[in-house]
Amino acid sequence: MMVDIQGLTKKYGSFTALDNLTLSLDEGVVFGFVGANGAGKSTTFSILSTLLSPSAGDALINGKSVVREPKEVRKQIGYMPDFFGVYDQLKADEYLDFYGASYGLPAAERRVLIPQLLELVNLTEKRFEYVDLLSRGMKQRLCLARSLIHDPKVLILDEPASGLDPRARVEMRDILKHLKSMGKTILISSHILPELAEMCDEIGVIDNGKLIAHGNVAQIQDQLQGDKRIIVKVMDDLEKARAFFEEDPFVSSIEMTHGKNEVAFNYRGKTMDQVNLLRKALLADISIFSLTEEEKDLEDVFMAITKGADEK
Amino acid sequence: MMERFSNPVLLKELKLRFRSFKSFSGLMFYLAVLCIFVTGFLLIYTQFSGTGFFRPRDSFTMFAVLSVIQMGLVMFITPGLTAGAISTEREKQTLNILLTTTQSSTQIIVGKLLSSVAFLVLMLLAGLPLYSLVFLFGGVSPSQLITIFLFYLVTLIAIGSIGIMFSTITKRTIVSMIATYGAMIFLGGITAFLFFVGVSMDQMFMYSGNPQPNAAPFSPIPYFWASINPGALMVTILYPEMATSLESAVGVSIPVWVSYLIFYVLLTAFCLLIAIRKLRANMKTNR
Repeated sequence: MMVDIQGLTKKYGSFTALDNLTLSLDEGVVFGFVGANGAGKSTTFSILSTLLSPSAGDALINGKSVVREPKEVRKQIGYMPDFFGVYDQLKADEYLDFYGASYGLPAAERRVLIPQLLELVNLTEKRFEYVDLLSRGMKQRLCLARSLIHDPKVLILDEPASGLDPRARVEMRDILKHLKSMGKTILISSHILPELAEMCDEIGVIDNGKLIAHGNVAQIQDQLQGDKRIIVKVMDDLEKARAFFEEDPFVSSIEMTHGKNEVAFNYRGKTMDQVNLLRKALLADISIFSLTEEEKDLEDVFMAITKGADEK
Repeated sequence: MMERFSNPVLLKELKLRFRSFKSFSGLMFYLAVLCIFVTGFLLIYTQFSGTGFFRPRDSFTMFAVLSVIQMGLVMFITPGLTAGAISTEREKQTLNILLTTTQSSTQIIVGKLLSSVAFLVLMLLAGLPLYSLVFLFGGVSPSQLITIFLFYLVTLIAIGSIGIMFSTITKRTIVSMIATYGAMIFLGGITAFLFFVGVSMDQMFMYSGNPQPNAAPFSPIPYFWASINPGALMVTILYPEMATSLESAVGVSIPVWVSYLIFYVLLTAFCLLIAIRKLRANMKTNR
C-alpha cells in the first residue's frame, strides 16, 4: 500500500473541512480527486504534504506517518500546490538546483538530473532563462519537474492544469501519462471530472469534506448518476404510450414531444425492471420503434453531485 | 564534506540578493551617506582651524560620529532586510513548496538570517576604506575599531533575529516591518528615556526621603535600561570614562558590555527559537 489514509479529519473551530476520510491506494495508481471548490481536496493534499496537521486520523505514505514522521514523508512525496510562486531572479536550472539541494542531493547528482528533468517537461531550451520570463504553462511544467527532483514515489498534484490554455493542458496530460508509465503513484485533484477520467485508474469524489464515491470511472458513474433518462419513440398513439409508462412505479418526470412522437421519462429501476417494462409495453400493444437511454457524461454527473454542495 | 554544511536557502538568498538592483542601490546609498559625512567633516574642520591640518583629537571626533552614523544606518537597514524574510516567501506563494522539502525549520531560518547578516557585513566592510581615513590622522586605536565592529555584529544579528521572528509570526511583510521598527525604537530610544526617568526618580528619592544621604546609589532598573541601549554601549566604548560615570550613577559594577552581550545573545536565541517553532505553525511537530 503506497498511500493509506485512515479517518483523516480536519476541523477549524466548528467547521469540518475534512470528515473522516479513509482511502487506500496501491503503488503505481493514478488517483483523481474531484470535488467542487472548498470540498476538501486541497486540505487533504496539504495534510498529505505535511503542511497541515490533521485534527484526527493519520495518513501513511509508503509506511511513513504524516503526523509522526513528516520529514520521512517529505522524502517520499513531490508536491505541486494549486497556486505557487517562483523566485523571479533564478534561472530554470538554478531553480531546480536549489530544490535539489533542499532535498539534500549532492551537486554532482543534481548536475546530471537537471537536464533530464527539463527534457522530461519539454523545457530544455529554457534551461538558462529566468523563471519569471516563462509562460504559465512552462512554470507549471517547471514546478512539476521540481516536484520530481528527489525521485519521489508519490506525486501530489493540486489542480496542475488550472489556468492553462488547451494546448498547455494537453502537454501537461502527456507528461502525467509519462509519469504514470514510470510507475509513480499520482494523486491529482481537479474540479473538472472529465479531465481526470482519461488518465486516472481510480477516482474519488469529495463533497463537503466527505468522500462520497471511490472507484474506477465506470463505477463512479454508476454510483453517482442516479435516475436514467429514457426516450421512447412510438409509431402512433402517443397519449396511450404516455399513460402506460406513467403507471410504472419507477417512472417519473414524463414528457411528450408530439412532433417527434417521443415520450421521455426518468427511470430509476434496475436493468431487469427495464427489460420487464419493455416486454409489458409490447404486450400492451404500444408500437415502440426505438428506446434509447440518454447518455450522461461525467460533466453531468459532476454537476449533479456538486449542485447539492453549492446549494448548502 | 562541504555539502554537509552548505545551506541551500543561504546560497539561494545570496544569489537573489546580489542579483537585485535594490541591494546595489542600498549599498550605494549607504556609502554615499558616509562619504558625504566624511567629506563634510574634513572640510568643516580644516576650514574652522584655518591652518589646513587635522588634529588627532578631531580625528577621534570624526571616528565617534562616523560610528554613531553607521550604527544608525545598521539599525535602519537591518529591519528592512530581515522583516520580510519569511513573509515575502508566504506572499509570493513560495513558502509552502519550501516547507515540503526536507530542509529543517532551523536550516531555513538560519539561512535567511545569515544571508541578511552577510549583506550587512558586506556593507560594513565596504565602509572600511572611509573608516581608514581616521587612521591616516591618528587618534584611534585599532582595538577600538575592532570592538565597534564586534558591537555592530552582535547588534545586527539580534535585530535581524527580531525581524525574522516577526516575519515568521505575522502573515504580511508590512506588519512585520512595523513591528520590527517598533522594537528598534524601543531598544534605541525608549530604553534611553526609561534610563533617564529611572535615574531621576532614584535621585529624587535619595535627596528627599533617604535617612542616609551619603549612601551609594543602587539603581539596577535604570542600569538595565542603559545596558540594553545600543547608544549607551557605543558611548561607553568610545569614551570609557563614561562607563565609570554610569557605574557611579547607578551603583552597579558589572560592565555595560557584559550585560549588553548577555541580553542580546539571549534575545537572538529567543527570537530564533520562536521563528523556528512558528515556521511550520500548521504542523504539530516542528520537523
